[in-house]
Amino acid sequence: MLELALKGSKRYYGWIAFLLVLIGIGSTALVDQWMHGLKITGMSRDVSWGFYISQFTYLVGLAASGVMIVLPNYFHSYKTNKHMVIFGEFMAIAACIMCLLFIVVDIGQPTRMMNMIFHPTPNSILFWDMIVLNGYLFLNLLVGWTCLQADRQHLPHPQWLKPFIYISIIWAFSIHTVTAFLYQGLPGRHYWLTAILAARFLASAFCSGPAILLLVMMVTEKLTSFKMAKNAVKTLVKIIAYAMCVNMFFFALEIFTSFYSNIPGHMHPILYLFEHGSTGLVTLMWTFIAFAAISITLLVTPRFRNNYKLLPWTLGILIVATWIDKGLGLLIGGFNPTPFETITPYWPTLKELMVSMMVYSVGALIVTVLFKIATDVKQEVGHSQALACGCSTEDVCECTTEEEAPAEA
Amino acid sequence: MKNSRRTFIKLAGIAAAGLAVAPRKVLASGGQEPVKVNATAVHAKHWAMVVDTTKLHTAEAIDKLAAVCHHIHNVPKIEGKKEVKWLWHDTYAHSFPEQENPHLAEEVHERVFPLLCNHCENPPCVRVCPTKATFQRPDGIVAMDYHRCIGCRYCMAGCPYGSRSFNWGEPRLNLDLANLNPEFPTRMRGVVEKCNFCVERLAVGKMPACVEASEGAMHFGDLKDPDSEVRKVLREKFTIRRKPSAGTEPSVYYII
Ligand code: SF4
Ligand code: SF4
Ligand code: SF4
Repeated sequence: MLELALKGSKRYYGWIAFLLVLIGIGSTALVDQWMHGLKITGMSRDVSWGFYISQFTYLVGLAASGVMIVLPNYFHSYKTNKHMVIFGEFMAIAACIMCLLFIVVDIGQPTRMMNMIFHPTPNSILFWDMIVLNGYLFLNLLVGWTCLQADRQHLPHPQWLKPFIYISIIWAFSIHTVTAFLYQGLPGRHYWLTAILAARFLASAFCSGPAILLLVMMVTEKLTSFKMAKNAVKTLVKIIAYAMCVNMFFFALEIFTSFYSNIPGHMHPILYLFEHGSTGLVTLMWTFIAFAAISITLLVTPRFRNNYKLLPWTLGILIVATWIDKGLGLLIGGFNPTPFETITPYWPTLKELMVSMMVYSVGALIVTVLFKIATDVKQEVGHSQALACGCSTEDVCECTTEEEAPAEA
Repeated sequence: MKNSRRTFIKLAGIAAAGLAVAPRKVLASGGQEPVKVNATAVHAKHWAMVVDTTKLHTAEAIDKLAAVCHHIHNVPKIEGKKEVKWLWHDTYAHSFPEQENPHLAEEVHERVFPLLCNHCENPPCVRVCPTKATFQRPDGIVAMDYHRCIGCRYCMAGCPYGSRSFNWGEPRLNLDLANLNPEFPTRMRGVVEKCNFCVERLAVGKMPACVEASEGAMHFGDLKDPDSEVRKVLREKFTIRRKPSAGTEPSVYYII
């Protein structure tokens, strides 16, 4: 099927060329980092993880979120989702690869990376994180590719694949839980030392991940003949709404525990993020609260939720909110105050951002190619195609006359 | 790599001090060939340090010890928040944040305290390291294999005492190359480092350099031996340790 990635419009090639240019620009910063070491970053003795690891954390959520489409389909036989499943899986593949890349660019001695395998250390959560991430990548490649190939040949999905699909659903929860354990088990880092961290990670993943996927799918709809089934979108938006509410509820639990108990160690990181940090940081954190409130309001009100003109904005606001919370605040709040109850501000450097841009561009490239293949196959076999009226062939369309309506449900 | 690692291990005396305690453990981690134990090596079941802060409490005095330590271990001099340090000084509030009170004896509050790796009995840095580059020796010392470290800095996030430094850049650029200690290796960039309780000195029968230079303000010995010097002072004086709530059981005690 890979040949499908090679035939495309001018626009498709233009976009790929653009991504390659971004990757090229970003890689100059990476080469600089290889020449001079991680001193080109804003990290320090006190804030020893920075933008790279926080992006890794955020993207693990994106990888895990694919399950929100896969799970209803397989566990609840919610078949409306079935033509979206492949996109969730392909998104997970790209996200896993970005995660792995972020780890590679973060370590000081990348040439020794294999030491993790030569000297397996089960007491280290990083070891398990490596296992679950690679495992999840493999599962999604296997399941996604096999299913798509079967679709293309008008064959049912092979039976032997079933166990892998069920494993991958459970595995998705594990990758984000293990990533939370990476933080959650450290003494002396109060912001992370909380049993609800893994649950918070999952909740935030299950709102931000599907939101990102939905936005990308909307772009895909614009550029191809693919069209999501209306009910699939509706379900997904509801999942996003619930997950975001749960996410903010968990956050409120943290706030209550910290401030009602009045334990300094638990209050300090929150006070730092929302009150004492640099103006930029404090503004960002309050933006997170404001955006979270706005997105929840828009999502729980049916009138706004079902307004498809507004929806991309709602999703965008939600993504920004969750990104500030998990892709920035979590890390900075974990390291500050330092073990000495002092503050060492952290802010990523331009070079750090360039390297991150490179990794994100690689991810975008993978998404582009995989989605191109998937939409081409869907077009070939006539799944989820846009009708003239704007409905999808998967919808029960009342806009067209009976004989024009699709036979397949 | 294998060879240089072995040389380093010999030099650090890992095998030397460890063989007497747990021969099999050391053989397993120290390569195939057993290394001859230095006849003068000193051994302990669990090394520990007691710092008498009534005697050692000025920045100048501590900095002098730090200079000795940093010189013999070729620790690079870097200013600012990317610094590398094995031994340094800090205030009471920063050293014992959980044990502060607003009406602390003024004299104690004005002291500064020498800080270093605590060689915890239950070290989180060892627990989180994905490559065993940080490991605990049978004699309790938390040691590092700089040649195995991948620079993931997980141990830095794990240590609740801020005892570890990372070589963000090439450390040799910040060393006085004409004035190196040829008996201790320098590090390469991208690895973590910290105080090693002077294992290389214990292996040849010497006490840690800071202890030796402290003129009696620091004691070093076997925590598991009731007749040792450290146990004697621990019996006689009131001591505290940093962040007891972290449950790491530091092996560095402070007489207040
Ligand atoms: S003080 Fe920190 S680095 Fe030293 S042994 Fe304890 S946890 Fe590890
Ligand atoms: S930085 Fe090195 S010593 Fe620290 S956890 Fe990673 S591999 Fe282990
Ligand atoms: S014990 Fe040795 S390595 Fe540790 S601080 Fe003292 S002199 Fe430095």
